[in-house]
Amino acid sequence: MSIDLILFLILAVVAVATALGMLLSKNAVYSALFLVLNFAAIAVFYLLLGAPFIAISQVTVYAGAIMVLFLFVIMLLGAETLAPSKVLRGQGWAAFGLAVVLVAETVYLLVSRHAAVGVIARPDAFLNTMDSLREIGKALFIQYLLPFEVTSILLLVAMVGAIVLTRREKGG
Amino acid sequence: MIPLSWYLIFAAGLFSLGLFGVLARRNAVAILLGVELMLNAVNINLAAFWRYGNVTDMTGQVFAIIVFAVAAAEVAVGLALVISVYRSRNTVVADEIDMLKW
Repeated sequence: MSIDLILFLILAVVAVATALGMLLSKNAVYSALFLVLNFAAIAVFYLLLGAPFIAISQVTVYAGAIMVLFLFVIMLLGAETLAPSKVLRGQGWAAFGLAVVLVAETVYLLVSRHAAVGVIARPDAFLNTMDSLREIGKALFIQYLLPFEVTSILLLVAMVGAIVLTRREKGG
Repeated sequence: MIPLSWYLIFAAGLFSLGLFGVLARRNAVAILLGVELMLNAVNINLAAFWRYGNVTDMTGQVFAIIVFAVAAAEVAVGLALVISVYRSRNTVVADEIDMLKW
């Protein structure tokens, strides 16, 4: 077993376990903290794939900014815990049946596309140099300049939208 | 090296967990957490396909960066909506937010 493989397996277990922890914990604060761990694990995945820039972006944007926003809102609203919901009759069995169908479809697709399953990446010296970072900058500011600018307008719109939505009405 | 399919299976699993969170959680904030998990799973796919394709073509990574920005915008607006609804209805339970139903 190569070191890559061991790292992959450990990270996959950590990521899936923290995702399950996020889903199963009743307290929304714990959910958010589990998701921070999950994002950290995924950041190491990006490093494993040879993409340091998006690994660092993952830590700063996701695990940093976005999760702080989440925790802030959860604590602001006092939405930590909720009463259990009422379920429809037979909902559990129906959900289980549909989940089994989904898993069966996925496994079938994996088995039937067996030829594509074993694709292996070539080790590339390019990945370990600063050239990779330079190439991202070039792609972002030359080839994909228009999408980049559209994204900045989207962020502006989101900012204005967030301010307008959370503004208190006068006298209200 | 790890086969590409392992990354894809892993990302599909994370996506399914996120989807389950979106569908099954009642807390509106927890639903948004599930959406974040799904976006991350998609990003793993983008990075994996970039790595296993032509490495000098940075399209996959650029796409992942744009997904980051879109996710940040989505969270800002989504949480603003949750706060706005909480002010008018005093609840964050998705079942009880039914102003559009009649």
